[in-house]
Formats: sequence, structure tokens, C-alpha cells
Amino acid sequence: MVKRLSPWLLAGPATFLVLIFLIFPVGSTLLATLTDAKGWLAPYTAFFNSSLRRTVLMRTIEISLITTVISVVLGFIAAYVVAHMPGRLKSIMIIAAVFPLLTGVVVRSFAWLILLGKNGILNSALLSLGLIAEPFSMLYTKGAVIAAMVYLFVPLMILTLAGVLEGIPKDVVEAASSLGATPFAVFRQVILPLAMPGLIIGAVLVFTGSFTSYATPQLLGGERQMMMGTFLYQRAMVTFDWTGASTVAAIMVVVTIAIVVLMTRLARRMNPMAA
Amino acid sequence: MIMQTKLHPALIAIASLIFLILIAPLFIILGAAVSDTPFLTFPPQGFTLKWFSNIFQIEAFRTTAITSLQIAFLGTFLALLIGIPAAYALNRFKIRLPSWLSNVFVLPILVPEIVLGFSLMKNITIGLQLPVYTTLLLGHTLLVLPYAVRVVGASLASFDFSIEEAAISLGCPPLKTFLTVVLPNISAGVVAAFILAFITSINDVSISLFLTGPGVSTLPIQILAHMEQFFDPTIASVSVLLMLLTVGVMAIVEATLGLTFLTK
Repeated sequence: MVKRLSPWLLAGPATFLVLIFLIFPVGSTLLATLTDAKGWLAPYTAFFNSSLRRTVLMRTIEISLITTVISVVLGFIAAYVVAHMPGRLKSIMIIAAVFPLLTGVVVRSFAWLILLGKNGILNSALLSLGLIAEPFSMLYTKGAVIAAMVYLFVPLMILTLAGVLEGIPKDVVEAASSLGATPFAVFRQVILPLAMPGLIIGAVLVFTGSFTSYATPQLLGGERQMMMGTFLYQRAMVTFDWTGASTVAAIMVVVTIAIVVLMTRLARRMNPMAA
Repeated sequence: MIMQTKLHPALIAIASLIFLILIAPLFIILGAAVSDTPFLTFPPQGFTLKWFSNIFQIEAFRTTAITSLQIAFLGTFLALLIGIPAAYALNRFKIRLPSWLSNVFVLPILVPEIVLGFSLMKNITIGLQLPVYTTLLLGHTLLVLPYAVRVVGASLASFDFSIEEAAISLGCPPLKTFLTVVLPNISAGVVAAFILAFITSINDVSISLFLTGPGVSTLPIQILAHMEQFFDPTIASVSVLLMLLTVGVMAIVEATLGLTFLTK
């Protein structure tokens, strides 16, 4: 009897924690959005009928997409170089990526507050070059949020892709070039397809991370660049509109899970090594 | 070695620039923290350490730093305490547990943190009337549980369970077998899980955001609150202290697992 139960005795406490403190509360939040006094799915009708809310959602999608594209490109270049560097330089580059990654979101966003603020380094530089006459605040713009988000996610992309690119067998690349493929063709037809699954996984992490972020849009975007995360907080803690906050939460959950499920399936299908 | 000669110089230049931009802002914080001005600026004007001593004069920084450390240590410890047995069960009794169970432990990663934080506040602290501190601790335990289950699980996947069976068949009691035979073999995974969990917890914003109350708040939340009112170098000096913590963590990673562990 004890023997038959022992797997459950061991896995039980952790399962219980997830059940009571994740599935129950998040499930209740989601259920609460299905209906209200005005009827079935009314919270969603209210969300999509409000132009402010639609703007917040569209802005969040836009910022997250731009962040993802830039992070993928920069991350790929950096990871490619990391993967082909000799030992010592490679360690330095990995340290340069790991250090910001392990430093908190608040500290990293704060760095951009100093960079882009009125007394910031960018303003001082532009002033001393005579490009501008007066310091101006670059904060609370879409560009500020995107810059800080890219800064946040590039290290993650580099570390994800460096592992993937190192895993590509060297003979495959050498075979292609010895058969006459140009460097671009090698990249386009050998490296990119082989790196694609890792690239998709990285891109999903960046997109969902940006889509649900709070600290960065709060510090660098403020009220003017409200995103889903900051909007959720504002609904819940400033206006106490809990149905509204729950609706934002539900949209975040649906978008995140849909993207993760679809893209991981795509990544698995695109893996040429698995076929 | 053949490959590295093929790297285009322009590629190396762009990559170097990327790495420079990754590190530079953190040095800017360091500069701003020692600036002898009542506002944040870079390059620093003058040199002072008064902003560092200022941190210790602000009560809220002291209390929230203590809370953050408590929550990170306790939450990580709890997550390992329940996560290691779960990882063990998932690997050892694969056939006797349903296949969906391992997916349950992915949920804390899949569900957006801010949604989890909001839901914990709405349905646990307010709904079930649980104290804020308890919910905060359990929220963080949940947040880091995937590290305990998955990172330790990866170590267990390469563990040869026949060694364990040998110990048991020679009369060693199960718990002693686990502690003296299994655990030493998966210690790298446990260390990795501990480090990743601790750093995730101490830096967390999105869950803690909703789980603050009278006398309960974490350091990142306090930093955010302080920034909204003051724009002085105190925050820069707090950030420098947090970066020193990161340096410490990296030194531990390098000494125990090697930093390349993080690219896997």
C-alpha cells in the first residue's frame, strides 16, 4: 500500500502547492471574466469597445513585436560570434551577457532612466556636440520602452542561441562551403534552418516577456505609454476595477499560452534534425 | 579554430558593440551612485559615498531588504524541499504517475507572473484571508518551484538508479539511501536550482507588486516606490549593492558549475 502510494506522497506537496496557489487563484480570476451583471462575456465586450483599452493592447503588441525582432537580430549576431570565439574571449562575452541577465529588472530599467533622462548621458552628449540647444526628456516614449526592453532581453537571446549555434556540427557547415556554397548560402540554407527551433523558442520568451512586463513600461513609459502590465496594475490597485483587471489578466494568459503552444509546435516541426 | 578565421571583421565589431552596450549602463549606475549632486547624473560630478550611507538611514530600505532576503531564502528552501521529492518521483516512478503531472510544474513559468501576483492577492490574501507575508512567501515558492523540479530533474535523468537499488538491497533504509547515495550524485543540479531560484526571487517585481501590505514589502518594490518620489543617487547606490550581489552569485556559479552552464 505504502509502496503504491509513495510516488504520490513524494510528488504530492509540490502538486498541492501548484493546485491551491496557482490553479485555484488564476482559475478563479479567469472564470470571473466569463460573465458579469451585463451578461455572458460582457467584460470582453467592454474591453474591446473601449478605444483606450484597444490602444493599450495594440501598443503592447507593437512594442513586444519590435522588441522581439530587434532582440532576435542582435542576439543572433552576438551569439554567432560567441559560438566561434576562442576560449578566453568567449568567457568574457558570456560574462558580459550573464551579468545583466542576473541583475534585476528594476536595476536594468533604472540604468536607462539615467541614460535617457534630462540630466542623462545622452542629453549631455548631444548638448556638447551642439546637436541640440536644450536638454529634452526622452523618457515616456515608445522608443525609451523599446530600448530598455531590448536591453532586458538581448542577454537571454544570446545565451539561448549561443548554445544552439554551438550545437551545429562543424562538418555540416564545412561540407556546404567545400561544395561551393557562398557564406550567405551557408547561412541561409544550413545555419539558419538548424538554428530555427532555438530561435523560435528565444523569440517566444522575448515576446511573452515583453507582453507581460511591468517594471520597464512603468519606469520608462509611465502613463503615456501604458502597456497591458501597467494597465492591469492601474485597474487593480488605483481604480479597484477588479473585473477590468481580471479581463486584462485573462487576455494576457490566453495570448501567452496560445503563442507558447503554437510556436513550440512550429519549432518542433521545423527541426530538420528530428525528421 | 578553422571557423573563427571565417568571422567577418564587421560581425566581430557589431558583436563587440552589443556587449559593450550590455555592460556600459551598469557602469553608468556606478558612476551616478558616487556623484556629489542631489540629482542623478552621469558623468559623476565630484565623489562621495554619502548616498551609500543614506541607504542605511532610510528605514524602509533596511526592512524591505531583510524581507527580500528572508523570502528568497525561505522560498527557495521550501521549493527545494517539495520540488526535489517531486523531481525524484517524476524520474523514478515514471510509469506510475500520470504523464500530465510534469506539465503541472511548467505552469508557474507559463502563467504570466503579474497575473499570478494579481490572482494571489485577489483570491488568496483577500479571498481566503491569508496573511500577506504568507502569501508572498508561497507566491515566491511557486515562482521558483520550476527550477527545483526541472533543474534537479535534469540531473536525476542522468542518474543511474541501479546504484540506489544496490544500496537498498544491501539493507540501507530508503531515506538514508536518498541522502547518502542519490543526493551527492545530483548535488550540481541542486546547487544550480538554488542559485537560479534565489536570484529570481530576490529580483522579482511582478508577484511582489500585489503582495505588499502594512510592514510587508520587498526591496525591488521599495526601489520602485522610492523612484517615483525622489530622483536622487540613493537608488543608484542601492542598485550598486544589488549588482554586488549579482557578482557574488556569479562567483558562486563559476566556482561550482562554471558559467558555461548558463548557455545550456
